[in-house]
Formats: sequence, C-alpha cells, structure tokens
Amino acid sequence: MSGTIEVKPAPPAPVRKQAVTPARRIKRPSRWTEARRSFRRHWQLYLLIVVPVAYFVIFKYIPISNAVIAFKDYSPIKGPWGSEWVGFQNFELFFANPVFWTLVKNTFLLAAYTVLASFPIPIILAIALNEIRTGFFKKTVQLVTYAPYFISTVVVVSMTILVLSPQIGFVDDVIGLFGIPEADFLGDPNYFRHIYVWSDVWQTTGYSAVIYLAALAGIDPALHESAKIDGASRIKRILHVDLPGIMPTAVIILVLGVGNIMSIGFEKAFLFQNPLNLAQSEIIATYVYKTGLLNADFSMATAVGLFNSVINLFLLLFVNFAAKRITGNGLWS
Amino acid sequence: MSATLQPFRSRLKKPVPVEKSTIVETTTDRIFLIGVKVMLTVALVAVLIPLVYVVANSFSSASAVSSGRVFLWPIEPSLRGYQEALSDPQILKGYYNSLIYAVGGTLISVTLTIAIAYPLSRKTFFGRNVIMSGLLFTMLFSGGLIPTYLVVQDLHMLNTRWAMVIPSAIGVWQVIIARTFFRSTIPDDLYEAAVLDGASDLRFLWSVVLPLSKPVIAVIALMYAIFQWNTYFDALIYLKDPGLYPLQIVLRNILILNSTTGSAADVAATLERQQLANVLKYALIVISSLPVLLIYPFIARHFTKGVMVGAVKG
Repeated sequence: MSGTIEVKPAPPAPVRKQAVTPARRIKRPSRWTEARRSFRRHWQLYLLIVVPVAYFVIFKYIPISNAVIAFKDYSPIKGPWGSEWVGFQNFELFFANPVFWTLVKNTFLLAAYTVLASFPIPIILAIALNEIRTGFFKKTVQLVTYAPYFISTVVVVSMTILVLSPQIGFVDDVIGLFGIPEADFLGDPNYFRHIYVWSDVWQTTGYSAVIYLAALAGIDPALHESAKIDGASRIKRILHVDLPGIMPTAVIILVLGVGNIMSIGFEKAFLFQNPLNLAQSEIIATYVYKTGLLNADFSMATAVGLFNSVINLFLLLFVNFAAKRITGNGLWS
Repeated sequence: MSATLQPFRSRLKKPVPVEKSTIVETTTDRIFLIGVKVMLTVALVAVLIPLVYVVANSFSSASAVSSGRVFLWPIEPSLRGYQEALSDPQILKGYYNSLIYAVGGTLISVTLTIAIAYPLSRKTFFGRNVIMSGLLFTMLFSGGLIPTYLVVQDLHMLNTRWAMVIPSAIGVWQVIIARTFFRSTIPDDLYEAAVLDGASDLRFLWSVVLPLSKPVIAVIALMYAIFQWNTYFDALIYLKDPGLYPLQIVLRNILILNSTTGSAADVAATLERQQLANVLKYALIVISSLPVLLIYPFIARHFTKGVMVGAVKG
C-alpha cells in the first residue's frame, strides 16, 4: 500500500570508523539518513498523509492494475487476477467489430471539433475583455459569461434540448425569420456535433477565459507602454505583446486539450444521445458504459477503455513533445 | 504608470489627462475599441438569451409554453410549474440527497485534500516529489470505468451513499491549488518560530496554517461542493435505489428521459399533463440551478483566484 511513499526502514548507514574529516561532516547526509531523520522528526506529517495516499492507491492505482482484465476472460468469482488469460482476444474482437471505426471516427471528430472551437474563443474573449477598462460593462460581461460554468451538465443539456425543440423552442422561430426551414435538430445525426460543441462553448468560454485574463494581467505593463510610445496601434499591441505573453499558457491548455481528445466527456454525449442520432453520437466512452455496465461484458469494456486511455496518453506525449520543439513550452520541463 | 512616462509627455502636442491613457488614441484604435465592445455585447446577449428564455418560460402558463409563444418575457404569468415541481416527492428527495452529498462530500474532500497538500508543501517532507508525480500520473492515465467500478464493488459501496462521496473524494487539481497556496503564503520562519515555542507539526497545521489559509480552503470547498451538486455520473453507475438518487439524476429522468410520474385516464387529462410537463421542466431548471447561481456572484472572485493559483506551474 505504501508503494508510492519512499519511506522504507532505512538500512543501517555504512559508518566508517576512521576519523571524520571536517569536509565529510559538511557533506550532505545520504538519502536514507535524510529520510530516516525526516520521518523521525515529522512523523505526524507522514501520519497525516496515510489516508489520502491510501485513497489514491485504492481508487486510482488499483483500477490501473485491475485493467488486466482487458487481457482476461473476467469472472466475478475468480476476481481480476484469478481469471483466465486470453491474451489480446478482447482487443482483436473489438478491432474486428464493424462498430470500431465508427466509434473511433465519432470520438475523434467530436473531440477535434471541440478543441478547435473551444481553444481560440476564450482567448478572443479574454483579449477583448482586457482591451476595455475596468467598469460596469466589463464586470457584467465577465460575470455573465462565467455563470453557465456553474450550471450542471444535465441542466445545460436539457436547456439545449428545450431551446432546440421544434414545438416549444425558439431557435426554430428565429431561423424561420431568415427563411431556413424548421429542423429536428436532435433527431438528425448530422446536427449532433454542432449541438454538442456549441453548447460546450456556451458553457465553458467564460470560465476558460479566466486563465488567459490572469496571463494577460501578468504581462509587464512597461511592454505595453513602450509599444504605445513606439506608435503601435491596439491591434499591433495585441499581436506583438498580448499574444506572445499568453503563449505559454495557451500551449499548456492546448496540449492538455489534445491529450484528452479521446476521453471526450461521456456525461454530455450520453445525455444528448437518442436512438435517432446514434450514428454520430455513439463514442468510445458511451460504448464502454453500455458494454460494461449494461451488458456486463467487463473484459471487453475494459479493453475498449484501455485502448482509449493508451491512445490518449500517446497523443498527450506526442503533442507535448511537438509543442516543446516548436514553442519551447510544454507541460513539464 | 504615468510617472514613468513623465519625460515623454512633453513631446505630445496636446496635454493629456492623467487618468486616461497617456497616449492619444488613433481613429483606428477607437474604431477597434467599438468593435471590441460590440463583440462583447454579442457574447453577453448570446449567453443571456437562453437563461432569460428559461426563466421567462418557467413563469408562464402551461399552454403558452407548450405552444412556444414565450420568448424573453412570461406570457400569462403563472406559478403552476413551480407548484408542480415543489410538490413532487421525487424532486424534494433528490434535493435532500444532493444536499447531503454536497455537505458530507465537501467535508471529506476538504479534509483529505489538506491532509495531503500540506505535507507535500513542506520542503522537509521526504518523498514529496515521488508522491506528487504519482498524483499527476493519475491525471494523465486511469484504469477506466470498469476497473474503478470493480473496486467500488469490492468495497461493498455499491448502492450506498458512500459511493457518491468516497470514489471522487480528492481532486488532484485542488491538491495542487492548496499546496501552492501553503508553499507561497506560509513562510518557513513561521514554522521555525512555532517549533521553538514547542509546537508539533499537527499543532502548527491546526493553529497556524489553517487559520491563515481560510481563503484557499473556501475556494476548494466551493469547488468540491459545486462539483458534488452538479455531478450525475457516479450516481448513474453506482446507485440503483431511487431513494438515494441525487437531484441531477432526478432531473435527468424528468428532463431528458421524459418520465413523469402518474398516468392519465382520458385524452384531455393526458394533454394537460403534457403541457404541464413542459412548464415543469423550465421551473425545475430554475429551481435546481438557483442555489449555485445565487451564491456564485459572491464567490466568483475567490473562484477566479483559485483558478489563477492553480495555473501557476510547479
């Protein structure tokens, strides 16, 4: 259980019997001595951390080890480790399943679309807010655009459904003014991605802009002043002072976004799903839920989930590597 | 700001008031600024319209809602939707459950978060980098839905209230926020002084660190509370007993799956029920989002700070 804590009973430190030179006494104590000393002096801190560390071991690391059932024929009686090995059979079955490419395509397109839309818009909002001086208008815009973040996914989805509903929603009436015929937005698979992505933008833009506003506030005002003196217009200053200033933050957010591209929210896709739009709304996460919990095919669902997680991890590592090469910024240095 | 520009001011033709920008705005700049304001107004309206629309509908009569006549102002004002929503035992039960999960879950989460974040913030804590990397790894890679479900099942937490608060108790992001706060605001000297006065680590945490950390504790508590209030996924997979359902699951059943209670005998009653169901939905949206949206303006500032602290690397 204490696998992640590096507190092992320290072996007796190799003590030399020779006279200790002053130089040696100044030398840093060895890691084990340091650990033992820290443990003895701060045992209360180690005591404090036992329960939270146990939490991470139980709810994060044991599930990772439980993922071996992807390579097994899971039997609830024998448990994850006692079940029979079947090698890559679950993966082969999944790859051979006609639904495989649809799932990968749906997940990838939905995620890519989400990243493309929800990455630049908060930056634009933050820069626009940053351009106007603090006042009632700025505060109002910020407070209002931030608010939808606090509304639950269930409510946002149902609001979207109600607003788009052909009978009672207003969207049909509004587009009717422009001569566009009414449409059953939620019944047509072709609309699913747009609905998903733009409701997401509606909900999260204000929240995401906060991070960029913080980054913009961190830019040295002297840079702006000197640019002004050099005669730079507002647009020029945005392009040459603001954008480079928020670049490191933007890269980190983008890398994280791309890294999560395949683990796109189960919660929302599942809520928007109905039998009519399934052709585009069935994504890997919803498929895992259905195979695993509704059909009780634990091994298969775990294999699909694992496939997803591994792709995710590789995407993240790759994008981080690329970002570091291109911009010099990455998640870790 | 203006002080640094003093030497340059003389070069400008017109004297410029100090409160305003020290540099004359060009015409293009002014046009640009107007464009920015127009854009922000559009954003404001785009976010507001759906919200106002929902509120207006919730206060309208059932028939006006069902025929889609309501836009931004209530038509045939009525409180029928609210009456209906607040008399539904399912909804009240959901409210009650959500309250329990939010309060209990937040208490557990905050306690555990501080218990791990504080030691990790101390330089003398051996192995803190290993533990921190262990936490960060869980942000990047997870066992997945089923393996986690198996753990909860083995712990016999399925279909209990514990399943709502324990498996999602600690957020790595909140640990980072708290750790960064402890590290940057509690000076080492303070600890040295406390030790000289005979305080132990726990005593120091309890009597010095926690009182000094009220802002960050408030921020992470609110983050956890709002997360708990809004989540439905854990309930969906771990709970079977409707008596334990949080509000969000009840909402999902009524709002999205359209499962209203009761069956009507004749056609007229069915129609009325359907109309009522629509206005009930709007009222329900307002009722369920109200607690969070009401406290939000007061906490937005702190929340923003939390996001900013969390954004600081390392």
